[in-house]
Amino acid sequence: MSLLNLHLKVWRQNRGQPGHFQDIEAKDIPDHASFLEMMDIVNERLIQAGQEPVAFDHDCREGICGMCSMQINGIPHGPEKATTTCQLHMRKFRTGDTIWIEPFRATAFPVIKDLMVDRGAFDRIQQAGGFVTVRTGAAPDANAILIGKEVADAAMDAAACIGCGACVAACKNASAMLFVSAKAGQLNSLPQGQPEKDRRTLAMVRQMDKEGFGNCTNQYECEASCPKEISVRWITKLNRDYAAAAMKEAFVGRQESSDGGE
Amino acid sequence: MPLDSKIPSGPMAMKWSKHKQDSKLINPKNKRKYTVLVVGSGLAGSSAAATLSELGYQVKCFCFQDSARRAHSIAAQGGINAAKNYQNDGDSVHRLFYDTVKGGDFRAREANVHRLAEVSVNIIDQCVAQGVPFAREYGGGLANRSFGGAQVSRTFYARGQTGQQLLLGAYSALNKEINRGGVKMYPRTEMLDVVVIDGHAKGIITRDLVTGKIEAHAGDAVLLCTGGYGNVFYLSTNAMGCNVTATWRAHKKGAYFANPCYTQIHPTCIPVSGDYQSKLTLMSESLRNDGRVWVPKNAADCGKPPHQIPEEARDYYLERKYPSFGNLAPRDISSRAAKEACDDGRGVGPGGRGVYLDFAESIQQFGQKTIAERYGNLFDMYERITGESAYKQPMRIYPAVHYTMGGLWVDYNLMSNLPGLHVLGEANFSDHGANRLGASALMQGLADGYFVIPTTIAPYLVTQKPGSITTEHPEFKKALEESRARTHRFLNNKGKRSVDSFHRELGLLVWDKCGMARDKAGLTEALKRIPELREEFWQNVLVPGSGEAANPELEKAGRVADFMEFAELLCQDALHREESCGGHFRTEHQYPDGEARRDDENFCYAAAWEYTGNLAKPTLNKEPLNFEEVHLAVRSYK
Repeated sequence: MSLLNLHLKVWRQNRGQPGHFQDIEAKDIPDHASFLEMMDIVNERLIQAGQEPVAFDHDCREGICGMCSMQINGIPHGPEKATTTCQLHMRKFRTGDTIWIEPFRATAFPVIKDLMVDRGAFDRIQQAGGFVTVRTGAAPDANAILIGKEVADAAMDAAACIGCGACVAACKNASAMLFVSAKAGQLNSLPQGQPEKDRRTLAMVRQMDKEGFGNCTNQYECEASCPKEISVRWITKLNRDYAAAAMKEAFVGRQESSDGGE
Repeated sequence: MPLDSKIPSGPMAMKWSKHKQDSKLINPKNKRKYTVLVVGSGLAGSSAAATLSELGYQVKCFCFQDSARRAHSIAAQGGINAAKNYQNDGDSVHRLFYDTVKGGDFRAREANVHRLAEVSVNIIDQCVAQGVPFAREYGGGLANRSFGGAQVSRTFYARGQTGQQLLLGAYSALNKEINRGGVKMYPRTEMLDVVVIDGHAKGIITRDLVTGKIEAHAGDAVLLCTGGYGNVFYLSTNAMGCNVTATWRAHKKGAYFANPCYTQIHPTCIPVSGDYQSKLTLMSESLRNDGRVWVPKNAADCGKPPHQIPEEARDYYLERKYPSFGNLAPRDISSRAAKEACDDGRGVGPGGRGVYLDFAESIQQFGQKTIAERYGNLFDMYERITGESAYKQPMRIYPAVHYTMGGLWVDYNLMSNLPGLHVLGEANFSDHGANRLGASALMQGLADGYFVIPTTIAPYLVTQKPGSITTEHPEFKKALEESRARTHRFLNNKGKRSVDSFHRELGLLVWDKCGMARDKAGLTEALKRIPELREEFWQNVLVPGSGEAANPELEKAGRVADFMEFAELLCQDALHREESCGGHFRTEHQYPDGEARRDDENFCYAAAWEYTGNLAKPTLNKEPLNFEEVHLAVRSYK
């Protein structure tokens, strides 16, 4: 194991106020440490020096919860392919390196503090339609719905999205199309998702627009930075599903809510 | 106080049906008058919140993460058990029930386990209907695999991320109800305390982790779905934020804490690499199907690269000790065997705390391509973390804290002894006894949330006048003041040591004295050290920043303060239980061959601890465990 000396340029910001970069010298960082463990070490030293530590989001530290974020040298989750920030290790850096550390930047992801951003927009998009309306207890036997392995595998590919927001941060337009297309695509591909397909697609896309995400201009930075390697083919599918649903809506009229009936 | 487990009468297989039949119902028009507070949004919390909302109750759901989808259930890899018998291999509700009771080393409550096995089949139906992409066969039916502790294939899975897919299913159900207006969701909101009024849990105090605002919420019942306490050890496979605060605060308000000493150590995790280590990463148990575990026979060989250690100088200790189960011995047994090898000075890697998991033979037999197909993602993860390729050299693994079987005591209705306070999932104690089998944690979380609590909450609620308590009650004012004072105290303490430094020290102590093997001397020493450390914590902890904004250090301080108290109860329970069972191994109580020696005559009970105001002297209440269906026997895996 060797030790690294690094120059960090870390974004510091309080909610609703302008931010700035702070220069931090990170000396003697073990190269076996993860990126977030490097941040832990830096924070411990800041605390000892009487300063406020850098706030950042993190939880599982095994690449699945999607809570960690950070733009590292301009790339969401840093330079390693298919890897979240928490799984990035310091052996990928060299002593003397300067590392720029910023929050995920997007209008729809306002900064809470330092490197923490509010990704509540993702929740609201899924609340708008990212579900199958089935009451607990109202399900048929699991094997009554046969789903071909290829279809199930494709749905699983989309379902692997961890909702971290790297796709938005990577996009020059701050578009959320990769995220929304993966979430809608999973359900729109499966037989269980068919009855609500149009309604879901329209609701999710409209909520996405309302949240202030930009438009997709097919640059595919999102796919390149996705830690779960979600394919941009899902965006194509979402565009198709949206066009069909919008067309039907234009001809047949908006679908009224079917629940209640009072 | 005598513990009434409220187990329904009648034959085991009929108890749950009978109980559902006998349980009181609430008229749909009246349900909407009740407010239920759900703390936690993992499998248990999300599924409970969604289902109660579907039934018509008003639900408020709280999680400290920025989204309900990030709760730590998300990290489960392996799978979920269900007695579907889709494989026609002789599985049944009774067999799943039996395996779980035996796997728990006869320290679980039979009636709860039977109910769990019964509803397991409904869970799979529910998840599939939600669009959970379980693995399938070419014919379109669901695929299964086998998992530790069972001789049938009853585990359903979604690649290596079953937990994420099940949680996303429950989260989608929750989203559906949020959209409908039945659930109000509070992300980035941490529970600080339970409010008890006239002996009933009637509300909670929370802190908004963005604005710092401390608030009161009143409800007709409170559900704690807040997971386990594995992070008392500091290093564990739990997420960084997992904590004991909700259950510990409830305990201090009167809820009994049961069997805290039942902690599960998972045998296949990536070892600690240095003192900066913040968490441990699990490598799926499935690796043991094709990997052989070994250490050098001679301590002198430990520093050599593994390929320079010839075959005859290697000790394949699991194969040697457990010839019939070999590398597939259960979790607790494999973990202890690794510890013994390392204690013997034959561990490998940094600090000598690791053993090899070697795939060379399987790669030779099946080819690297096949092994990559089976475990490629795990090998990649291992390489990302360690910088080593397991195709070229053996993995290094070591046991790590993974799951906690103990939790708040609950009756058959999942209600604690504190009326109104219900506890679901890993946070309660009831279903796994002293050791949990693989693929049964996900099953329990969803069983409690989707299928048990929607029925069992009504018998409590019918006795309550809905909305009778509001946050205007003086007890809320008092609880708010207490929480504010505590926050104030942290921020104005002006000590010298960070919260993490205390957490790390506590974790090392608890791991050393109350980890994989425990004895009287060590536990006694820990019980002396913990109060000292707690005292130093309160004297010397340094929490920078303000209370009126996001402040992760302040959040950690509250959690670690509670771990400092909880650790004492953990060690007291471990000291009092003079037997070895499942995850609790007392070195004084073993057979000559090193196997755990249970004492059914004296310890066949759940130990439910009551807070007395003095942390050093909790009162022990016992719930005797009666085994009607499964006969007590020695677990043997030879």
